[in-house]
Amino acid sequence: MSQDHTTPVRTGAVLVADEVTKAFPGALALDRVSFAARAGEVHALIGENGAGKSTLIKVLTGVYAPDAGTLTYGGEPVRFGTPLDAQHAGISTIYQEVNLVPLLSVARNLFLGREPRTRLGLIDFRRMHRETDAALRELGVRVDVTRPLRSLGVGAQQMVALARAVAVDARVVIMDEPTSSLEPREVRTLFGVIRMLRERGIAVVYVSHRLDELYEVCDAVTVLRDGRVVHTGPLAGLDRLRLVSLMLGRDMGEVRSEGATKFSGDHDPGTQPVLSAEELSLRHTLHGVSVRVRPGEVVGLGGLLGSGRSETAKAIAGALAPDSGRVVVAGAPVRTGSTPAAIRAGISLLPEDRKAEGIVPGLSVRENIALAALPALSRFGLVDEARIDAVVDTFVRRLRIKASSPRQRVGELSGGNQQKVLLARWLAMQPKVLLLDEPTRGIDVGAKAEVQGLVDELAADGLGVLLISSDMEELVEGSDRVVVLKDGAVVAELTGADVTEDALLHAIAATGEAAA
Amino acid sequence: MTATRTETTVAGPLADDEPLGASRGERLTALAQQHGALVALLALSAVASVGFDSFLTGDNLENMAVSSAFLAVVALGMTFVIVTGGIDLSVGSLFALGGVLAAWGSQYGTLVALALPLAVCGLIGLVNGLLIARARLAPFIVTLAAMLLARGVLLAVTDEGSTTYLVDESAFFARLGQEKLLGVGLPVWITALLFVAGAVVLRRTRFGQYVYAVGGNEDAAALMGAPVARTKVAVYTLSGLCAGFAGALNAAWLVSGVTILGSGMELEAIAAVVIGGTLLSGGFGFISGSLVGVLLLKVIQNVINQIGSLDSAYQQVVSGGFLALVVVAQTWLGRRRRMV
Repeated sequence: MSQDHTTPVRTGAVLVADEVTKAFPGALALDRVSFAARAGEVHALIGENGAGKSTLIKVLTGVYAPDAGTLTYGGEPVRFGTPLDAQHAGISTIYQEVNLVPLLSVARNLFLGREPRTRLGLIDFRRMHRETDAALRELGVRVDVTRPLRSLGVGAQQMVALARAVAVDARVVIMDEPTSSLEPREVRTLFGVIRMLRERGIAVVYVSHRLDELYEVCDAVTVLRDGRVVHTGPLAGLDRLRLVSLMLGRDMGEVRSEGATKFSGDHDPGTQPVLSAEELSLRHTLHGVSVRVRPGEVVGLGGLLGSGRSETAKAIAGALAPDSGRVVVAGAPVRTGSTPAAIRAGISLLPEDRKAEGIVPGLSVRENIALAALPALSRFGLVDEARIDAVVDTFVRRLRIKASSPRQRVGELSGGNQQKVLLARWLAMQPKVLLLDEPTRGIDVGAKAEVQGLVDELAADGLGVLLISSDMEELVEGSDRVVVLKDGAVVAELTGADVTEDALLHAIAATGEAAA
Repeated sequence: MTATRTETTVAGPLADDEPLGASRGERLTALAQQHGALVALLALSAVASVGFDSFLTGDNLENMAVSSAFLAVVALGMTFVIVTGGIDLSVGSLFALGGVLAAWGSQYGTLVALALPLAVCGLIGLVNGLLIARARLAPFIVTLAAMLLARGVLLAVTDEGSTTYLVDESAFFARLGQEKLLGVGLPVWITALLFVAGAVVLRRTRFGQYVYAVGGNEDAAALMGAPVARTKVAVYTLSGLCAGFAGALNAAWLVSGVTILGSGMELEAIAAVVIGGTLLSGGFGFISGSLVGVLLLKVIQNVINQIGSLDSAYQQVVSGGFLALVVVAQTWLGRRRRMV
């Protein structure tokens, strides 16, 4: 790595995929894809779910071997057998979900596989702790590095992953949606790090669904669609609308009219609330939170990560037992702290962590949808197959779930379709109130618009919806009202014309000052 | 805040709202998880030494130490396996097989007496590991099969248990089990050495880190470049080696290879490891804890023997009850820690 000055390493392509093809049973994931990561350049890799981004990353990092085509690294053809080979060669990857070992300490995670050793060949913990501390400080994180990783917040964990990627002498750093679980402040830190990497002449590949971020940090962009490259070139000068239309493969007019978020509706404030949560309190997390949702209304729950948004939804849905407070659905009080009671009362929660709390990847689309509704679809303890088929069929069509058949395993579907399966599961319960925690996180623009459209339709059918989203635009455009939380308490409620990003920002910022 | 920034700092501290050190509650639960078994061991020993005159005698202690040694060596290998999130049910059979092979081999000298059980049991462990890591079969099934298979080999070698191989008491091999150093049997010293080595390997080597990482989050470990398959193969091989060696050591102590030994030992070893604070789900555990776990089981056994009037069958009731208690406490502590 300490080599020559003659080859144009700074401007040249470090990692090149040439006409790479990768097929899976029943799907051509990559069709003669060419891609080049250049030193000192931040290269955005975008596309809808299923476009082939993840597969391309896995080919670049040695997880998959390409069926055809070549990889060139540092000017020479390479074939990485394992992720370890790629890492040793200087290709680091940060995955969408933090991929570290939660029970191991921060320092052990940072140094796994390349621990500093004493002359005896034993691990030099003092040096390891010192260097970990230094590496994290450089990223603006100060923690006790001997603590288990899981005791850190998600943002800090992501920073540890980043520190790990940077600490190895990487020439290429690949980031797969690194900001999906970060707060704005952490995103700024991340961008600082990315710029630092660029200055050091490292090639950065940046995958994200957030267009703002792309325009902020990326120099070049490659757009994938259906396993093919549809565009590659500098990002500057490529306007957003064009970018979105490239991703979606629709023409501009269509995107303009359809692509933007479009929850809407006005509601008569006189109607009885279908859900009223009163004075919910939970030690350390919630302090007297009250929320009311009327039928047909979408109420947004705003605030920063850790402000108590998810906890409020979980307390309403019985997944967390509040110390005090009441939940009333359609006039009838619901026993708190019991999911079955909440479900019987007509409350459905679409959880934030799709993977851990929602889908059962090994089960089929059909089984996943029917799971929660089984008691309602059974008679004398026996499952009524015909009724399940009918319900599943209805929702697959209504939510436009793209699966080869209802028997396909959910784990094989794209993120957007997985989310729709989850939505179908809860809709099959015929809920009165739907709690959506980050319903569009990690799913592509097209599926996002679809899910948002669905939420709109559902509300129009008279469902009460509580929407949690860290995407401010989605929250503002999708909600009739927004209740703003800060440190577990309601600090503002935006209604009518006041529901704007500006007002939301001000509400959060103002309370920040008040709290400080 | 600004004072702590350096030129390279790209933004303010992220975690300034978090406590810098572990919170007190967190530290206490961690301590309880690490040393709960030790506290129980000390308390029980204290009660026993007050209650029974014969408990705190040199003979009784040495006796307990030697009889703990063999289980301890098996538990040592098991600890590695369990930290990776696996399980090894074959060790009881391998223990017995190791003993018989050692006794048979001792007629050809000490080297054969030691090398043969290590080779055979290590090989079975290796095959377990390959089937689990490469063929991705469930550890429970693979090692259950190995357990049955090793029992079968054992029966074949001993003509269905009717032949017992004796070790020549004057042979050097027999002395390994019989000799005493500073009044303590050699098996105890050997076991102690193995535990020190094991603790160093698990805590202070790269391989040890991989063992934790594989048990903590296998997918993440693979993505971080850890050799997941190789690590798994290594721990099952190690477990097989430990079981075989423990069997050989036991044969030297008994000066014969006894066929019926070792059934149920795998469960005792698992119990000791779990009582010692190692999570059955993997990713967390200590070598020293397993030693404490073994000693605790043996002291319970000894105390019940001392009571005399109590049927020795109760020993399993007490051990079982204790294990259940530990698992409940661990789960509870684990939940607490996650909440902190």
